[in-house]
Amino acid sequence: MSPSPPPLLLIEGLVKHFRGLRAVDGVSFRVEAGEIVALIGPNGAGKTTVFNMIAGVFEPDGGRVELEGRSLIGLRPDQVCRAGVGRTFQLVKPFGNLSVEENVVVGALRWTHEITKARAQAREVLDLLGLADKRRQPARSLTLPDRKCLEVARALATKPKLLLLDEVMAGLRPAETDRMVETFRRLNRETGLTIVLIEHVMRAVMALSQRVVVINSGQPVCEGTPEEVVRDPRVLDCYLGEEPL
Amino acid sequence: MSRQAILLGLLLAAFVVAPAFAGPYLLSVMVVVMYFAYVGQAWNIMMGFAGQLSLGHTIYVGLGAYTAAALFVHFGIPAIFGLFAAAAVAVAAGSIIGALGFRFGVKGVYFALLTIAFAEFTRILFEHFTALGGTGGLFLPVGSRDSFDLIHLRGHPLMFYYLILAMCVGIFLLCRKLLNSRLGYTWLAVREDQDAAAALGINVFRAKLTAVMLSAGLTALGGVFFAFYYNNLFPNQAFGMNRSIEIILAPIVGGLGTLFGPILGALILTPLGEGITAATEAMGFKAAGIKQLCYGLSLLAIVKFLPEGVWPWLRLRLGLGDGEEGE
Repeated sequence: MSPSPPPLLLIEGLVKHFRGLRAVDGVSFRVEAGEIVALIGPNGAGKTTVFNMIAGVFEPDGGRVELEGRSLIGLRPDQVCRAGVGRTFQLVKPFGNLSVEENVVVGALRWTHEITKARAQAREVLDLLGLADKRRQPARSLTLPDRKCLEVARALATKPKLLLLDEVMAGLRPAETDRMVETFRRLNRETGLTIVLIEHVMRAVMALSQRVVVINSGQPVCEGTPEEVVRDPRVLDCYLGEEPL
Repeated sequence: MSRQAILLGLLLAAFVVAPAFAGPYLLSVMVVVMYFAYVGQAWNIMMGFAGQLSLGHTIYVGLGAYTAAALFVHFGIPAIFGLFAAAAVAVAAGSIIGALGFRFGVKGVYFALLTIAFAEFTRILFEHFTALGGTGGLFLPVGSRDSFDLIHLRGHPLMFYYLILAMCVGIFLLCRKLLNSRLGYTWLAVREDQDAAAALGINVFRAKLTAVMLSAGLTALGGVFFAFYYNNLFPNQAFGMNRSIEIILAPIVGGLGTLFGPILGALILTPLGEGITAATEAMGFKAAGIKQLCYGLSLLAIVKFLPEGVWPWLRLRLGLGDGEEGE
């Protein structure tokens, strides 16, 4: 029997303390290539801390983070990006004085040295995310929903194998949410892009994810399909509340 | 050809033909203008492009000047070889300052303080460096002023005039190329947001260090010019804090991070300083420090009214478009 190939992303027994606060305490999950997985839980559950440990911002105090069987622990954020992980920031970090297109060009320069190629890729990504007509504006002039879009565009331009989305739908109108969900589904279908998203907008979680991982107070609560998770009493108890959706 | 290119071409043409019309005094002022445009451009790589504030930038001028001058005075090594040593010494110093600062996360104003500290103790070091003249200064033997000896950088003032003009053109073209390169985008991203830059695969430490090294090396070449043009070097001039301030004024007044900024800033500030000095002298009184006072006032005015500098404002006024310069 040949060993099964390692999953795209493996998280096992992840632990992070901040001065005695157990921000993340034993979180484990795996993501197969081509999957869309949502990470949900109440505020302060440790979701963004998990992302930061995957992305190389924090080094975990314990546990494993592996991309295609290769450990990411100890790598700097730029090295994690070059290994194939793109991420967005919950608190957006646009390059304010650069144009929207230049922002995305920086992302595309992850895989090419040629500005013309990077620019072509940037335009493609901006088209996809509906920012094409704003590409000449300075990024600081964008509205918050557009800035979130720009975060996604920049990360996508790096051509990641795995995309980490940190609350990119927050603050979007329902129609905008639906459009972004559709964009991610198409990317997933057409390019096989694997996505892990942190999201509070359940409308997006339900429509987009194939699997949901729930954490609370840094600890795993449960894992399952979106339909299973929203009926799970433990999830209702800690996060969604008793009201039926 | 864009209107910006035409404007630049006209400016260049004016500087090329000026010696046919201008007297020695005016030419010497124009040399100073171009010198500050050059070192301002070199400083701008670090601050305007990569966002790293160096307030002790004269350390690279001084190191470059002293290295090339000492090699010439003590060993007879011509400037054309000395300049490589000068750049190497400055790049080494820049790497040390940059590596120390960036490795230990010294950011923003604290990094700026670090650059001042290095410049200051280098000044004190050179004041006690008797082999290089100490406080008494290092003097280069003055050669024939009729020759055009580019190898030894000895000769006619016109040679220095065209040399610094060529250096200005060279650094302008280099910076333009850099801004449209991967490295340039990397610097801009680091300047705007280091965390976001790192998340896009940019090695922030390396990007900042590259900017410091390149800026230091290019500034040192300005120092070599300075040494051989003025033929004397004093530690308090070569490494003095006021020199560092003078270097950064032109790019700030002209427009940080722009290609025309340092040129425009030098074109405004140097004639202003010279004019004020000449005017006060003509009126029969000597007001020491009047030039610095004017620089201070113009800096205040810029910060208050045109915080992005004169060039971005002028570019809009002249209808030169808001696109990338030089495109």
